[in-house]
Amino acid sequence: MSVLEIAAAVDEPERRPAASRRSYRLAIAGFVLPIVLAILWEGLVAAGIANGRLMPPPSVVGRTLWGLAASGELLTHAGATLWRVAAGFGLGALAGTVLGAVTGALPVARSLLDPTLQALRAIPSIAWVPLFILWLGIFEASKVALIAVGVFFPVYLGVAAAIQGIDRKIVEVGRVFRLSRLAMTRRVLLPAILPAWITALRSGLGLGFMFVVAAEIMGASEGLGYLLVDGQQLGRPDTIIAAIISFAVLGKLADGLLVAITRPFLAWQDTARDKL
Amino acid sequence: MLSFDRLSKTYADGTRALSAITLDVGRGEIVALLGGSGCGKTTLLRLVAGLDRPSEGAIRLDGEVIAEPRADVGVIFQEPRLFPWLSVAENVGFGLSHLSASERDGLVTTALVRVGLAGHAKRWPRELSGGQQQRVAIARALVTKPKLLLMDEPFSALDATTRASLHGHLLALWQESRPTVVMVTHDVEEAVTLADRIIVMQPKPGRVFDELDNPLARPRDRLSPAFEAMKREALRTLDRSLRDEAPHQEKAAETAGMWW
Repeated sequence: MSVLEIAAAVDEPERRPAASRRSYRLAIAGFVLPIVLAILWEGLVAAGIANGRLMPPPSVVGRTLWGLAASGELLTHAGATLWRVAAGFGLGALAGTVLGAVTGALPVARSLLDPTLQALRAIPSIAWVPLFILWLGIFEASKVALIAVGVFFPVYLGVAAAIQGIDRKIVEVGRVFRLSRLAMTRRVLLPAILPAWITALRSGLGLGFMFVVAAEIMGASEGLGYLLVDGQQLGRPDTIIAAIISFAVLGKLADGLLVAITRPFLAWQDTARDKL
Repeated sequence: MLSFDRLSKTYADGTRALSAITLDVGRGEIVALLGGSGCGKTTLLRLVAGLDRPSEGAIRLDGEVIAEPRADVGVIFQEPRLFPWLSVAENVGFGLSHLSASERDGLVTTALVRVGLAGHAKRWPRELSGGQQQRVAIARALVTKPKLLLMDEPFSALDATTRASLHGHLLALWQESRPTVVMVTHDVEEAVTLADRIIVMQPKPGRVFDELDNPLARPRDRLSPAFEAMKREALRTLDRSLRDEAPHQEKAAETAGMWW
């Protein structure tokens, strides 16, 4: 036993850096494929084997992106898109959380509201666009409304399911300690649904980015979606790809921000996160 | 102190879980409800905890009918049922939110020392072993100083060594404030180790089969002949209860009736 302990103690400083080096290597492994493909394409176009007009090589896209950034255009477009997503996500997440909580907690509200909401969910959200434009005009309000609708449903479903799935056993502990309805919600129910709620918010945010593209393609004077349409009309695939890359970066950053903000609240979770 | 008066519980699907249970528990007494599975032990405990309502009859604690959970009744469940999002110390202090932070900290620290988890206050429940988690649950139930403590097979998921050490912890804690204890178990040795009185229950519908007084003085030596004898007697009674004989009390009445 003691020999084993000593052996483990000797091993420890050796093993730690090796493990972190390995996870570091795993983290950068994801970059290998896109970089190899980019270099390959760049080489093919440079050698004249492939025509780079419809699928411009990385150097051209990079130059376009740099040009957009230098002129301040990229910032304007990205800012407009982010504002729309933020406003739509805020409204949709709020409505989804409140309605999800109500239908999850009260059977009356569930039988009253849930069938209608499920029917509305079956409508492809883009189908709302003409109506929203008639109701809210062609400017920001209709775009924000469309994004809010897209964000609403995953959040609503996630919260309602989480509340219905709360463990009876842990609620009973709350009852044994004679918590009031409010205290039960604050001290037991909310913490219990927190992980599922955050997952719902993340999928909502993803859909928010999907719908902002739809909204901006259908008519906008600024925003990354507008940049897409602009690139198409001017026959500039490099602009389109620059916009697509910006979308990818923004979406990833927004999701990362959401995860970073919520991580401290989930430190208690007993998950296999580190191993998987 | 605690009395059951012709207590019955029939579930919505018609299952008769308990039938006419009448029993008195004295102050500071440790009573074990012993029986095979499905004899309504846990149902009975849930009724006392106020988590379910009886169909007929009533439970009185110091003369008051129990209809909902009470502040002076502590419950330890079969599983630890800790809140995973609270640290060990916050779990123990869960029922003390009406106290000031400093008072609460004092009580929680003392309780954790008592169950031998002094150094674990800041850890998450997931970082503890099963036995340690159950000790946190014991501390959580006892830190509010209940006058009645209910335990639903709290040690059944643990190995024999851990169980024996937790019995020791529990008796030490019990000795401090001497609450009345009603515990459910299917483990004869556990009942003989802890209880002053063993109530043997019979299934379908759940009812009292027989009562055994356990006069052994504490601390009890598990290896003594008297302990063995008590264990054998309890086991014999449990066996008879499962062989579906009529309850002891009723049989006595029948014999009396046969006399003439």
